[in-house]
Amino acid sequence: MAAPKRGRRPAGGQGKPGRTLVLILIALVALTGGMFATGDTTPRLGIDLAGGTTITLKAKAEPGKESAVNETNMNTAVGILERRVNGLGVSEAEVQTQGRSHIIVNIPKGTDSEQARRQVGTTAQLYFRPVLQVAAGAPVPQQPTPGASESGKPAEGKDAKDAKDGDKASPSASTGTSAQPGGSTPQGRAVTDALKDPSPGASEPGKPAEGAKDGKDGKDAAKTPDPAPTGDVAALQTAFATLNCEDQKARAAVTESARPENPMVSCGKNSAGQWEKYLLGPAEVDGKDVDDAKGQFDQNRGIWIVTMDFTDKGSKKFQKITSKLSQQQSPANQFAIVLDGEVVSAPQVNQTLTANAEISGSFNQKSAQELGNMLSYGALPLTFQEESVTTVSAALGGEQLRAGLIAGAIGLALVIIYLVAYYRGLAAIAILSLLVSAALTYVLMSLLGPAIGFALNLPAVCGAIVAIGITADSFIVYFERIRDEVREGRTLRPAVERAWPRARRTILVSDFVSFLAAAVLFIVTVGKVQGFAFTLGLTTLLDVVVVFFFTKPLMTLAARSKFFGGGHPWSGLDPKRLGVEPPLRRSRRTTVVTTDLKEA
Amino acid sequence: MSRLGTIGARLHRGEIGYDFVAKRWLWYGVSILITIVAIAGLAIRGLNMGIEFKGGAVFTTPKTSASVSVVQESAAEASGHHAIVQKLGNGTLRVQVSELDTQQATKVQTVLAKDLDVPADKINKELVGPSWGKEIANKAWTGLGIFMILVVIYLAIAFEWRMALAALIALIHDLTITVGVYAIVGFEVTPGTVIGLLTILGYSLYDTVVVFDGLKEGAVGITKQTRWTYSEIANRSLNGTLVRSINTTVVALLPVAGLLFIGGGFLGAGMLNDISLSLFVGLAAGAYSSIFIATPLVADLKERDPQMKALRKRVLAKRAAAAARGESPDAEDLADTGGDEPDALDGDAAPAGAGVVAPRGGRGRGRSAGRRR
Repeated sequence: MAAPKRGRRPAGGQGKPGRTLVLILIALVALTGGMFATGDTTPRLGIDLAGGTTITLKAKAEPGKESAVNETNMNTAVGILERRVNGLGVSEAEVQTQGRSHIIVNIPKGTDSEQARRQVGTTAQLYFRPVLQVAAGAPVPQQPTPGASESGKPAEGKDAKDAKDGDKASPSASTGTSAQPGGSTPQGRAVTDALKDPSPGASEPGKPAEGAKDGKDGKDAAKTPDPAPTGDVAALQTAFATLNCEDQKARAAVTESARPENPMVSCGKNSAGQWEKYLLGPAEVDGKDVDDAKGQFDQNRGIWIVTMDFTDKGSKKFQKITSKLSQQQSPANQFAIVLDGEVVSAPQVNQTLTANAEISGSFNQKSAQELGNMLSYGALPLTFQEESVTTVSAALGGEQLRAGLIAGAIGLALVIIYLVAYYRGLAAIAILSLLVSAALTYVLMSLLGPAIGFALNLPAVCGAIVAIGITADSFIVYFERIRDEVREGRTLRPAVERAWPRARRTILVSDFVSFLAAAVLFIVTVGKVQGFAFTLGLTTLLDVVVVFFFTKPLMTLAARSKFFGGGHPWSGLDPKRLGVEPPLRRSRRTTVVTTDLKEA
Repeated sequence: MSRLGTIGARLHRGEIGYDFVAKRWLWYGVSILITIVAIAGLAIRGLNMGIEFKGGAVFTTPKTSASVSVVQESAAEASGHHAIVQKLGNGTLRVQVSELDTQQATKVQTVLAKDLDVPADKINKELVGPSWGKEIANKAWTGLGIFMILVVIYLAIAFEWRMALAALIALIHDLTITVGVYAIVGFEVTPGTVIGLLTILGYSLYDTVVVFDGLKEGAVGITKQTRWTYSEIANRSLNGTLVRSINTTVVALLPVAGLLFIGGGFLGAGMLNDISLSLFVGLAAGAYSSIFIATPLVADLKERDPQMKALRKRVLAKRAAAAARGESPDAEDLADTGGDEPDALDGDAAPAGAGVVAPRGGRGRGRSAGRRR
């Protein structure tokens, strides 16, 4: 394809067409054998045909950091997302880059696609910020939004009351965690998580962390702690006072402009699913400083906790912030784990911590593991934006595949009918070639599934159907050439050979244009379009292979047969029908032609 | 069919032939008219952009007996936005709601599931941000630009710059018509449409390339003969490849038609339909432009070449002289240029008799065409 003008010798020239045919058939058999050997006997189906969820993310170029969207960062992000998705126990989920700034996450049916989506889509940038002030997020206590974690449900009523009354938090137990004797208070996750050193002593009740019990309920926090270090605090105070966390737009607005080095206002939900608003200091620790984090079950206390390990650099920073925070009064002894502008957790600090730390609170298995995942994989080098999410049920996917296959079969049948009607016997050669082409396409698609991750999606099915036309076009170009030669009075054998070099050039030039279109489409586009372009390019290449190594030799063989070579009326090469009028021009094989004309 | 075959034979021998090149202004006019209508349609009606370009969600329900209006109401109520509900061929419903975020979309899904009494996971949800379609469209434009540059370079090398230019104009012409049809009929523009549109690129050029290939071959050694002008040869080549072009177009359209009418009939709407519809319109336009626009354009461009101008002068002078002498020009032509006529020019033609079959009818045609101008 790359060099269509290169004068390739006619494949299996007149001398040994049989050998070429045998070769391509052997290749076909070998590939089919390979397909069965690998056990992948059907093409891998895309999410839109098999059912599942596809998430398309786009890296956002941040002002002043446009060059951050580069290959290295994209690959890092893919790695992180992959670990994160698989960290959820999602099997066979795929994460791939597409184009320069897109990442596609495919989650097959049968996994918790909603949860995966939430993590994949929302987890972007993670910072640890000191908490300056906390307040209830909404003017009136409201029902928890549907997204509230289950763990919060049972505690909900109580918490709502707490917020109203301005009471100190009572050590109310929440689902999955038994309140321990005098232990940390596991009521609102965001606000009440406690942070401590997981050193042996840490698991004992009665450690400093127990101070967690002390009030740091939303209302309580209204008293302002230390003044924030920067000058624009007044503006932030106003923003803090007016912020209504129930309003998604307002939430987005305050976090939008926040920079890690400046204080910010943010919202977060407590375990009851209620919004709390926070006034936060500048980021002290970066998500990248977290080496590892996981949700773990603490056997001693019978509760779920999240453990964190910091990198060397991270430990230093963490030590600094914890030593400072542990001196503060509540709520300023908390730091907020801010993910993508939203507070996911705000544990309080009661001691100076270094490399290892744990967060305890009202976690259940799910929320502990989620937070662990966010912490360990949260440090994406880029900010991503969810561009499209497609969820297809297996039933509808199957139906679409069926419709595509039926349409393809009918399209193929129409092409065959047309070819038979127009080319008569010649159509047999075209049909055989189409079948070989179809078989090769199928086998290659099956093999390419595991090899390069090719998945047959709906546009790819479309591409394959459209390719029937492209493939048939090549035969038409060749057949018409042969007929032109026959019209000029040649008999079939020389006609077949003389027509070939010219047809070959036309086929190569036009296939090259098709291939070019497919290649450009494949390179510049994203998502579904790529599947289409890939199929189109693949079938165009196969078209060249089939025409060169199958159709041409087969035609040469056919020309030797009496049916074709003799110009049988049904062969499609009947000279009389093609308008060759006697007297025929002097030709080497005039006799044959005249004999056949009598027959006709 | 065999009638087409007979026509093919007669076209091949030059017994019949439509003078595309001489009547090119008629077809240019037709094309300009169509293009104006297309652009006007685009300007006045605009394109009906799908949800992918506006942002929102599309839900596809399983087969249901619920009425469109009921579903529309409940979807609108659940989302607080206007919902478009379509009943598809297979009894399923397609619900489009614009400007939804994730949470609202989940809510609508739940409500729909309850209304239709099916499990929520049986309802497909496609959620797109408003920038998604723009992204695809932007990439499409980039792809279009890159492709056009590459293909023009390629055609300029494989053929010559005039053909490359003519092919490019024909391509833009096809795209304009297709987009115009979308604007006027009001078909919805989705990423599938964009895919289809991009595929037209390769396809529209396929036909053009087949014709140009014939033309290139026909024009080998053109300056060594004095019987035909470039335009006449272009027209002969065009007629010679006419059956081939018709056949390739028909064969390309058949599977696309299968996709459009049968695939679409089963599913009513969606990716299959979107791709095949734009392909169908584009392919038809592509076939038309490769015959009526691309080749005449090449002839027009080529006739400006000094060499071709000189050739035209020689040809006309010769014809005038022959007419003045009152001789049958055919006999003379045969005598002095018999071996040079285009069909036999490509080196490997059998010298014997190559001139006997081909020129017979075509010459008369070519001549009269030449005179008219």
